[in-house]
Amino acid sequence: MALGGGIFVVVLVVVALAAPLIAPFDPVRQSLRGRLAPPTLAGADGRAHLLGTDHLGRDVLSRAIYGARVSLLVGLAAVVVGGIVGASLGLLAGFRGGWTDSVIMTLADAQLAFPFILLAIGIIAVLGPSFPTLIVVIGLSGWVTYARVLRSQVLVLRSREFVDAIHALGGSVARVIARHILPNVLSSLVVIATLELARAIVLEATLSFLGLGVQPPTPSWGGMVHEGREYLDSAWWISTAPGIVLMLTSIIVSRTGDWLRDLLDPTLRGE
Amino acid sequence: MRGLLPFLATRLLRAAIALWLVSTVVFVVMRLSGDPVPLLLPPDAPRSEIFRVRAELGLDRPLPVQYAVFLGNVLRGDFGRSIHFRQPAFQVVIGYLPATLQLGLTAFVLAALVALPIGVLSAVRRNSLVDQTAMGLALVGQSAPTFFIGILLILIVSLNLGLLPTSGRENWRHLVLPALTLGAFAMASIARLTRSAVLEVLRADYVRTARAKGVAETLVVVKHTLKNAAVPIVTITGLQFGTLLGGAVVTETVFAWPGMGRLAIQSIYNRDYPIVQCTVFLSALLFIVINFCIDLIYGLLDPRVRSS
Repeated sequence: MALGGGIFVVVLVVVALAAPLIAPFDPVRQSLRGRLAPPTLAGADGRAHLLGTDHLGRDVLSRAIYGARVSLLVGLAAVVVGGIVGASLGLLAGFRGGWTDSVIMTLADAQLAFPFILLAIGIIAVLGPSFPTLIVVIGLSGWVTYARVLRSQVLVLRSREFVDAIHALGGSVARVIARHILPNVLSSLVVIATLELARAIVLEATLSFLGLGVQPPTPSWGGMVHEGREYLDSAWWISTAPGIVLMLTSIIVSRTGDWLRDLLDPTLRGE
Repeated sequence: MRGLLPFLATRLLRAAIALWLVSTVVFVVMRLSGDPVPLLLPPDAPRSEIFRVRAELGLDRPLPVQYAVFLGNVLRGDFGRSIHFRQPAFQVVIGYLPATLQLGLTAFVLAALVALPIGVLSAVRRNSLVDQTAMGLALVGQSAPTFFIGILLILIVSLNLGLLPTSGRENWRHLVLPALTLGAFAMASIARLTRSAVLEVLRADYVRTARAKGVAETLVVVKHTLKNAAVPIVTITGLQFGTLLGGAVVTETVFAWPGMGRLAIQSIYNRDYPIVQCTVFLSALLFIVINFCIDLIYGLLDPRVRSS
C-alpha cells in the first residue's frame, strides 16, 4: 500500500515534469472536425485519442497530463506557503507567549470555526483568479495545523533546562529553533504537509470547477470536469477521465499521509 | 450546573470574535477590489455623477470611518443593494436560504442515518468483511472531491439508469442526489468516528466486567457501550453539520439547486458584490450559530467539557 502510494506520487511528478514529452497531442490545439470523439485505440497514423477528445476537439489524455502540472504546482506551492506562514506564527506564538500567543491562537480558532471555501470564493471573486492568488489563498487555508504543532513543541522545550543553558551560554533563539525544535517536529511536519497536499489539490480542483481557479484554456483537472459537464450524456469521458485521476490522486496522497503518520508519529493519530 | 455560565461566555466571546474577523476580511477584500462606483453607473456617466455616488456611498470618507459605518450596517443586516436584482442584498439572500437549509438538513439526516449503524456494526464486527468494505468506502468518501461525486452520481444514476432527475428543485426526487453528494463527506467521517468511539468504549473495564458477568453480547453493546460512546458521537456528528455548509456551494452548483451557494457563485459572475458579501457573512453567521448550539448541547451533556 505504502509502496504503491509512493510509486503513484513519483509517477505523477514525472508525468507532470515530462508532460511535453509524454503527451501525445498539443493540449490546447483545437480540431473542430474531431470534436467529441470517444476513447479509442485505433487512430489514424497510429496517433489515437486514447481518452477521446472534448467539445473543441482537444485530446483529453494530453490535457489530463498537462493538468497534473497545474495540480502539483498549485498544490506544492500552497503547501509551502501554508507551511511557512503556519510555522512562523506557531514559533512566534510559542516563544513570545502572552498577548501575541492569544491573538495568533484566536485567529487559528476563528479560521477553523468557518468553512474556508466561502472566504476563498469571496476573496478570489474580488481579486480575480490568477496563479499567485490561488496559491496564497489555498496556502493560507491550511496554516493552522502547522502553527499548532510548532507552538506546542516550543512550549514543551522552552521550559527545559538545556534551553535555559543555551540561552545562558549566549546561544540565540534561532539556534534553539534550528537545532532543537525543528528536528523534533520534522516528522510531524512531513505528515501534515502530505495531508495538506491532498487537501490543496482538491481545493484547487474545486475552485477551478467553479470557474474561480485556473482559467481556460490552461488545462486543469477541475476545469476539465467543469467543461465536460454539459456533455455528460453524449461524451462522458471529458469529465470522468480527469475526475478519476483527481480522485485517485486525492485518495492515494491522503492515504500516504495516514500511513506516514502511523509510521513516524503515532501521537498525531486522531487529530 | 456550576461552570456552565463561564463556559457559555467564553464560547459566545469566541463566536463574536469569529464573526468580527469574517466581517473585517470581507471589508478589506471589498476595499482591495477597487472602486465599485463605475460598476453602478453607465460607462458614459459624467465625473460629477461619479463624485455624487461616491459621496452617497460614503467612499470619500477616511477608511476608519468607512470601516465603522460598514460594521454598523452589518449589525443592522444592511449589505447594500444588489446590482443585479435591484433589491436590498439581504432580502435577496434570505429568499434563497430555505433551499439551502432543506438540502443541508436532508444531507445531514441522511448521512447520520446511514453512518451511525454502519459505524457501530463495523466496531462490533471489527476486521470483518463488512468492516473492511465500509471503512474502505469511508476513506473514498472522505477524500473524493464533492463535485466529482456529484458528477458521477448524475452520470450513473440519472443518465445511465434514468432513475432520478439531474437538476432543479421540484419534488423529493430532485433532492436525493444532491443530498447524497453533500452528505458523502459527513457520512464517511461520522462512520469512521463512530467506529473508533465504540471501539474505545468496548475496551473499557466496565464492558469487560459486564461480559465477565455473563451479560449477553447484544446487551453489552446496546446498554453499556452505545450510551457511553454517545457523547463524542453527538459532538462530532453535530460539527459535521456546520462543515456541510461549505460543501453546499459546490453541490448546489453541480445540481443547479436554487440555494445560497449557487446564488453566491452566480453573483460572482455578475460582479454583484453586495450579494457575495451578504452570502459569505450569512453563511458564517449560520455556521457559527450552529457550532455554538452544539457546544451548548455538549456542555450540558458532559460537565467535563466546561472546565477545559
